[in-house]
Amino acid sequence: MRKDYQLEKRKWVIIGFLLIVASIYAVRLYSLQIDDGRYKASADTNAFLRKTIYPSRGLMYDRNGELIVFNQPAYDVMMIPRDVQPFDTLDFCHTLNITYDQFMARLKAMKDPRQNPGYSTYTPQKLITHLSAQDYGRLQEKLYRYPGFFIQKRILRQYKHSTAANVLGNLREVSQRDIERDDYYQRGDYIGDLGVEKSYDEYLRGVKGAEILIRDAHGRIQGRYEDGAKDIPAVSGRNLRLALDHELQQYAESLMVNKVGAVVAIEPETGEILCMVSSPTYDPMVLVGRQRGESYAQLKDTPHRPLFDRALMGAYPPGSTFKPANGLALLEEGIINTSTLYPCTGGFVSGNLRVGCHGHPAPLPLKPALQTSCNGYFCWGLKAMLDNNRRRYGSTGEAFEVWKKHLVSLGYGYKLGVDLPGEGRGFIPNEKFYSKIYGQGRWSANTIISIAIGQGEIMATPLQIANLGATIANRGWFITPHVVKEIQDTVLPEQYTTRRYPTIDRRHFEEVAEGMRMAVTGGTCRLANLPDIEVCGKTGTAQNPHGKDHSAFLGFAPYHNPKIAIAVYVENGGFGATYGVPIGSLIMEKYLKGSIAPERKYLEDNMLNSNTAMFTPDK
Amino acid sequence: MSPLHASILRRRQEVNPLAHVDWVTIIIYLLMVVAGAISIYAASYDFDNASIFSFDEFSGKQMRWIGLSLFLGLVLLLMDWRVYETYAWPIYIVLAILLAATPLLAHDIKGSLSWIKIGSMSIQPAEFGKFATALALAKLFSGYNFQLNAKPSNYLKALFIILLPFVLILGQKETGSALVYLSLFFVLYREGMSGLVLLAALVSVIIFVVTVKFIDPGPLGLPVGEFVIYVLIMALMSGMLWLYCRRRTVARNVTLGFIVIVGGSLVVASYIEAELPGQWIMMGALSVACGYCLFELMRDYSHQLMVTVGTVAAALAFMFSVSVVFNQVLEPHQQMRIKVALGIEEDLRGAGYNVNQSKIAIGSGGLTGKGFLQGTQTKLKFVPEQHTDFIYCTIGEEEGFVGSVAVLALFLALILRVISIAERQPTVFGRVYAYCVASYFIFHFCINIGMVIGLCPVIGIPLPFFSYGGSSLWGFTILLFILLRIDAARRERHGGRSA
Repeated sequence: MRKDYQLEKRKWVIIGFLLIVASIYAVRLYSLQIDDGRYKASADTNAFLRKTIYPSRGLMYDRNGELIVFNQPAYDVMMIPRDVQPFDTLDFCHTLNITYDQFMARLKAMKDPRQNPGYSTYTPQKLITHLSAQDYGRLQEKLYRYPGFFIQKRILRQYKHSTAANVLGNLREVSQRDIERDDYYQRGDYIGDLGVEKSYDEYLRGVKGAEILIRDAHGRIQGRYEDGAKDIPAVSGRNLRLALDHELQQYAESLMVNKVGAVVAIEPETGEILCMVSSPTYDPMVLVGRQRGESYAQLKDTPHRPLFDRALMGAYPPGSTFKPANGLALLEEGIINTSTLYPCTGGFVSGNLRVGCHGHPAPLPLKPALQTSCNGYFCWGLKAMLDNNRRRYGSTGEAFEVWKKHLVSLGYGYKLGVDLPGEGRGFIPNEKFYSKIYGQGRWSANTIISIAIGQGEIMATPLQIANLGATIANRGWFITPHVVKEIQDTVLPEQYTTRRYPTIDRRHFEEVAEGMRMAVTGGTCRLANLPDIEVCGKTGTAQNPHGKDHSAFLGFAPYHNPKIAIAVYVENGGFGATYGVPIGSLIMEKYLKGSIAPERKYLEDNMLNSNTAMFTPDK
Repeated sequence: MSPLHASILRRRQEVNPLAHVDWVTIIIYLLMVVAGAISIYAASYDFDNASIFSFDEFSGKQMRWIGLSLFLGLVLLLMDWRVYETYAWPIYIVLAILLAATPLLAHDIKGSLSWIKIGSMSIQPAEFGKFATALALAKLFSGYNFQLNAKPSNYLKALFIILLPFVLILGQKETGSALVYLSLFFVLYREGMSGLVLLAALVSVIIFVVTVKFIDPGPLGLPVGEFVIYVLIMALMSGMLWLYCRRRTVARNVTLGFIVIVGGSLVVASYIEAELPGQWIMMGALSVACGYCLFELMRDYSHQLMVTVGTVAAALAFMFSVSVVFNQVLEPHQQMRIKVALGIEEDLRGAGYNVNQSKIAIGSGGLTGKGFLQGTQTKLKFVPEQHTDFIYCTIGEEEGFVGSVAVLALFLALILRVISIAERQPTVFGRVYAYCVASYFIFHFCINIGMVIGLCPVIGIPLPFFSYGGSSLWGFTILLFILLRIDAARRERHGGRSA
């Protein structure tokens, strides 16, 4: 094939096209960059100041609609170092109510890459945080004298009451990790820390807006870009209505003063947490504003760690409050029925093993066993399941796995999924756990018998104990406990509205509930017997290696159509009846009746004025 | 076998591709890639992170990709050149299947379905479709006795090769990447397609975009866009009369007539307050000119003159229909949607002031720029996509007019070099492939830079070798190094079938 010279000439058309375009572009660049000073002036240097508008953070109401968490404005003094021009430093310090040395120290800290890794002369840097309204007013008037400085309005929290710090949570400045994890955050922003502030942060924070301002070459603001047409308005955060009953919370906290422990009350029908106390607690206001860092460090050093939310992080031996759960598992497996009798010869005696009990008629069936909190009954029951049914289950280990499965379905051993951060999972051992300690097939019911009465390896959070109360109250189902009742303009996640059914038939719950009713009318919980409310309950006295027994109570009321389920746990409080029962019954009475009956006032006074914290070793 | 033959054979076998490779292109390539990495570092420099090599940062990742592309380039050079010609079809088919499968495998990234995730990285198959399509087109043209104009089915084959990836990529909702393939019409033109097709396409695009985009009132009471189009049609008519019909006298008369009528109207309009009927004046001037041409036609028939009058009439008709259909038949929200799709108008709530911001950033650069890492517009994230499609912005701001023009010059040098390589190819395969490469570069260069400086619609395509992104870098590297390999073998192939 011959080369076609006619066609080869066409390269000149293509080249010509390219050259024409390139020269148009070069001319355009010339006019943009050299000829037309307009762009240079308008951009010189950064014509725009993009000012973030912080949305108002969502408010929190209690279940009765009382506003308990709201916002207060705070003012940060920001500076863009590159734009700062020589100014009267002394006057500036005077206006801000700081000394010259403080100012210089602050500047130095700002430029220190270790303290402030995001330092740049181009971007706004935070000079002073949380100006008082007074200082803000003074500075605002004089701000025109200080080019390069501006005031950034931010939102701080304000708490109406000094309660429920563990549930509400608080705000802190974002860390580098938060910024990397979530594009929404920029240096200096606030993020929820602990409690509802953390778990519902995405609802509460809203959407940041931006205001685009035009500045001249001296950095002075000339006005809004295109009259604000390109501004993006901020969208306020969503308000939350908590399930918490603020009065109940306050009352429960007051009863728990000078005690170490937790109280959790749940509305069985909805799974809503009515109150959730971790004691000792702290005033949420101490973690607001400039003193936050200092307060936080102090709280970390305070005895009994107030920042540790015992109600959902603490892992305690549930003690006898665990017996209803064990009873349910045994009923479901058909190991016992309501007429099964077990002996109790002052306890459970099998070979050399002996688990003590207290005086009560024996042998006895399930309900009286719950009534009297008989250790022997539940130990024999577990032994019957693990050791006497090898043919049915195959081995002790496999029988144990079945037992464990029922407990897990009741909410033990794993996180329940409460809408608060940091929930603990408690502990329910599995077959592997014991085989690892004692060797495969080398352990039997006797080896681990203490778990039958909620001792030994079994651990539960007060929330899990309260949830068992709610499950029995509902006679066989529960809704994952949660502290938020409503989110503005949206619905709760589905998990907080759907019922969860344990693997246990509902008729067995009726038996257990009756046993718990009997415990109040004529058993270990007599102190909880309210005049006109049918309370059901179960005490717990948990031995622990760290000193005096823990006092626990699990209850719900009324017997029919229950409105409240509660768990009380007082560390080193002695018998369940000493602290657990009074506190639990007082809270139920307060919630259901609104006040305490006069003949029970002495109990209230006792609780308000007693002190067990001194028995609790500080870890 | 004669000794001569033997020595030729031996020489053919021993040819080292690196000895004959076009080092000029490689040097331009390296300059661009390095300048690109530096620009990406500058664009994503966040004051916080100072390490250019940190793999977490864009620049660090780009460095890794550059390293890999150099290796890739070397491998491509060391491969036997016959591979590319032999396996052109299989490569094309595999890539076509991949492109078709992409929307099914893709993750939705900002509405685009063009990214496939492989492990921790995402690749964009559309970038790799380019070299495959180029190889296929070259293979088609190098077929025995293939001539584009010989029969219509040849056109159909060529169009199919070009339009298949185009349609598949449209299906991935990547309009920009799809449009790139239309640049291959340059290749068809070079291989014999009538220039009028290109001209008509160019004229229609210009008429459409200008008419739709510039609707502010302008001279003589006409929208700016329409006025510009009228003037352009007049210029087109004069040009065609002069260069295509070679009727000097007619051209002179018509041109003078236009200048007098339009210029005169503008002067009059600036003196009197009343508004002149611009539509009538412009239409009138063009009608009279066409009438004059028809008169000339009767005196002395020429095919070219006929074509010219037809072209002018078609252009006018097209402009009117665009104007009428667009502004009167379509609802405002439909107009908006088309404008947004074409990148003429942007979503105001989003980065609405995109182009304005990029113009300000470039404009603020001045003659020599603000200096490396000193740019404020791009640093403060006023310009979106600053490390990808709008990378030219950072160069404009930090390196000023000097730097921006230097980049223009680099691209010009590269494209011209590729064209000259194309013309020295002894085989049709080499030439067509080289023209495909040149076409892609021309399109990317024109659209990307034009978009950043506010002359073209915002069509999101990268600036080759500069924009951040591994797929784009690798895609262009493969494209270029296959060309270099084919070129390096041109002496070996002299003995073979030549063009």
